[in-house]
Amino acid sequence: MATKPKSAKKAPIKATKAEMLAFYREMLLIRRFEEKAGQLYGMGKIAGFCHLYIGQEAVVTGMQACLKEGDQVITGYRDHGHMLACGMDPNGVMAELTGRIGGLSRGKGGSMHMFSKEKNFYGGHGIVGAQVPLGTGLAFANKYRGNDNVSLAYFGDGAANQGQVYEAFNMASLWKLPVVYVIENNMYAMGTSVERHASETELYKRGISFEIEGEEVDGMDVLAVREAGEKAVKHARSGKGPYILEMKTYRYRGHSMSDPAKYRKREEVDDIRSHHDPIEGLKSQIIELGHATEDDLKKIDNEIKAIVKEAADFSLESPEPDASELWTDVLIEEAVG
Amino acid sequence: MSVDILMPALSPTMEEGTLSKWLKKEGDAIRSGDVIAEIETDKATMEVEAVDEGVLAKIVVPEGTENVKVNAVIAVLAADGEDVTKAAPSRPKADKAGAVSDADSVKEAKQAVPEQEDPKPKTPEQPRAAVVKDPSLPEGTTFTDTTVRDALRDAMAEEMRKDERVFVMGEEVAQYQGAYKVTRELLQEFGDRRVVDTPITEHGFAGLGVGAAFAGLRPIVEFMTFNFAMQAIDQIINSAAKTLYMSGGQMGCPIVFRGPNGAASRVGAQHSQDYSAWYAQIPGLKVIAPYDAADAKGLLKAAIRDPNPVVFLEHELLYGQSFPVPDVDDYIVPIGKAAVKREGTDVTLVAHSRMVGFALQAAERLAEEGISAEVIDLRTLRPLDTDTVIESVKKTNRLVCCEEGWRFMGVGAEIAATVVAEAFDWLDAPPVRVHQKDVPLPYAANLEALSLPNADDIVEAARKVCEGAF
Repeated sequence: MATKPKSAKKAPIKATKAEMLAFYREMLLIRRFEEKAGQLYGMGKIAGFCHLYIGQEAVVTGMQACLKEGDQVITGYRDHGHMLACGMDPNGVMAELTGRIGGLSRGKGGSMHMFSKEKNFYGGHGIVGAQVPLGTGLAFANKYRGNDNVSLAYFGDGAANQGQVYEAFNMASLWKLPVVYVIENNMYAMGTSVERHASETELYKRGISFEIEGEEVDGMDVLAVREAGEKAVKHARSGKGPYILEMKTYRYRGHSMSDPAKYRKREEVDDIRSHHDPIEGLKSQIIELGHATEDDLKKIDNEIKAIVKEAADFSLESPEPDASELWTDVLIEEAVG
Repeated sequence: MSVDILMPALSPTMEEGTLSKWLKKEGDAIRSGDVIAEIETDKATMEVEAVDEGVLAKIVVPEGTENVKVNAVIAVLAADGEDVTKAAPSRPKADKAGAVSDADSVKEAKQAVPEQEDPKPKTPEQPRAAVVKDPSLPEGTTFTDTTVRDALRDAMAEEMRKDERVFVMGEEVAQYQGAYKVTRELLQEFGDRRVVDTPITEHGFAGLGVGAAFAGLRPIVEFMTFNFAMQAIDQIINSAAKTLYMSGGQMGCPIVFRGPNGAASRVGAQHSQDYSAWYAQIPGLKVIAPYDAADAKGLLKAAIRDPNPVVFLEHELLYGQSFPVPDVDDYIVPIGKAAVKREGTDVTLVAHSRMVGFALQAAERLAEEGISAEVIDLRTLRPLDTDTVIESVKKTNRLVCCEEGWRFMGVGAEIAATVVAEAFDWLDAPPVRVHQKDVPLPYAANLEALSLPNADDIVEAARKVCEGAF
C-alpha cells in the first residue's frame, strides 16, 4: 500500500483572496483540460501516449506562483499541466495533442514534446530523467549570464532513480547553480510503487551526499507547495545553489491512457480523491473564509469549461500539417560566415 | 442539452471492445471522475470514468455487449435540470466519427478537418541542400605549418574572442590543459567561467550543455574520446538532434560535441571505435570529420557558429601532424562540402579523417604503377556532398570507399549505394570498400595492425577495381 500524501496540519493561511481564487482557477483549468484530453483520446482524436496530470494540479500551480519573468521550467512527459501553468495557450496545447498545424509544435511533437521560448518552457521530454541535466544546463546559462533567474526541473519518483539525475545534482551543487529540483512523487513509476523501486523512499534525502538541501511537501495542498517553493526558489536565486522539493502527490488516472492501473486498489484512489483532492481542498478553504460562494465558484467552473471547450473545438478544426512540413525544422538553415 | 457517452479507445491500438459491466444505472447522478462502466479491451479490463456531469438518462448499449466499436454511443447523459425522459442520442450509435460533448460544435469541427481522400498520400520530395563553395583564398596568401591540435585550439580561441556565448566544457579541459592538449592555454586566456572542468560524467555534462544551448549559449562539449560519448548518446540524439523538429522549429540547439574518434594506438577495443556511421545516420545533426589542419580549423569555426548541433569527430593520431594553414583572418570552411585533395582520372578514392592520409599515400604508389587516383576528402559526413563524389566517378568510372570503421552498415555502404543509384551507367566495376575487420579492435600489436585499414589495403582495392582496365 502506498504511503498517503501527508495531510499537513493546517497552518494559518498565508494567501490573499485573489491568490486563492487564481490558484483555484488554474488548477481547475488543468483538471478540466486533462479530462477533455482523456475524452478526446477515447474518441481516437488523440493518439499514441497521453499522460494525464489529474490529481497533481497543486504542484505546478503552487510552484509557478514562485517564479518571476525569465525563470525557466522543464519537465518530463506528463507535461500538459506545466504548460498551462506557464501560460501557454490551451488551444495550442490541445491542437498539438490532436496532431494539428495549430499545435504548439505544429503537430510534429505530440503530447510529450512541446516548448515555448516566449513562456520559458523548455519541454516536454520523453526520456525518463533527461530533463534533469537539461534543466541544470538552463541554470548554468543563468549563472553564466550573471542574471538572477532560476530554473525549475520537474521529474517523477521513477526518474529519481536515473543515474544522470545524480550526475546533474553533483554539478549543480559543485557549481552552485540556481536550480530547484521538484520531484513529483505520485507513488508509482508507471506500475511500480515507490516501495518497490526505491531503496530510500524519502526522495527529498536524495541530495544529501551532494550537500543539496531537501524537503518533503504536501503536494496536494497548493498553499503548502507555494510556501515551500518560495523558500526553495529564494535559496537558488540568492546564489546558494540547488534545492530539492519532494512533492507527495497522486495521479488519479493510469500512467498513460492504456494503463488499467491494476497495481493499486480503487479504494486507494477514491480515498485520496475524497480526502486529499487539491481542488476540493482549496475550494472548501475559499468558502470557509468567505472569499467566494458556491455560486461564484460555479461561475469560474463555467468559464473554465468554455475555455476547454474552445480548446477542444480548435484542436479538431485546425487542419493536419501540410505535407511539406515533413521536411522542415530538421535543421536551422542559416548562412554561416 | 444531453450529452452522448461514447465507447472510448483505451489503448493506441483498440478499435472495439466488450462493454462488460455498467456500474451506474439509468437515473443515477454522475459526477466527473465517477467510474461508470468497465470495458474489456484487447489488453486489459479498464474502468471508464465520466467526464461530464449530469444524470444517466439512457443506457444505449447493455452490459455484456461484445464488439462495441470505438466512438459508438453507449449511453446518454442528461444535463443538470434537463428532462431525463427526453434525452436521446444525438446521432445513430454506429457513427464512427468522433464528437466533442457539444454536438453542434462537432459538425463544424468535422467539416473543417480535411478528409484524407487519397489512401496513400504522396510524400513530398526532400529538398536538396544548397551547394556550398570553398572560399577562394586571395592571391599571395601565405601559409603557416600548424599541427591539427593547435589548429583546433586556434579555432576555439578565435570564436571565443568573437562571441561571449561560446564556452568549452569537458574533462580536463581547463587546469590540465586538455587530455590531448587541444584546449591548451584557453583557461589562461578566458578564465574558468568559460573553460569549465567537469566531473567524469559524460551523460550529465552533455545534457547540461544541451540545456545551456537551449537557453541560447554556444557550448563546445569536449569528450575525452568519443568512446565515452556513448554514455551521453541519448542526450546527443534524443535531446540535441530532435528537439528543433519536435518543437516545430522553435527550440534550436547550437552546440558542438567534439573530441577524438576512431582508433588510437594499442588501447584496446573499448577505447578504439569509429562512430562516423552512428552519428551520420541521425537527421538533425551535422557531422564533421576533417583530415588536415586547415580543414580542422575552418570547419570547427563553422561548427561553432552553426545554429545546429554538430558532432565534430577528430582523430588522436592526427593531432600531432602538421599541415599548412592559410594566414587569413577568420578562415572558415563551409560545412557540407567535400574537397578533391588530389586529382586523378582512373579511380576515385573516397575517404574521411585519418583515412585521407592513407588514400593520398596509396595514390602516390598507384601513380608509380600507372594508375591515376583521385582522392576525395569528404570532410563532412552529414550533410554528405554526394555531388562531388558522383562528378568524380563520372570521370574515373571506378570507386573505392575507405573508412576506419566497420564495413557493415557503414559510411562506405552509403556512398557505394548512392553512386550505384545515381551514376550506375558510369561505373565500369563494382565499388570496393576498405574498412576495419569485423572484430572488436585487438590489443596485440600484430593483430591490431591486421585489423585496421591502411594504405596497402587501399592500393590493393584500387588495383582490384582497375583490374583488366589497362
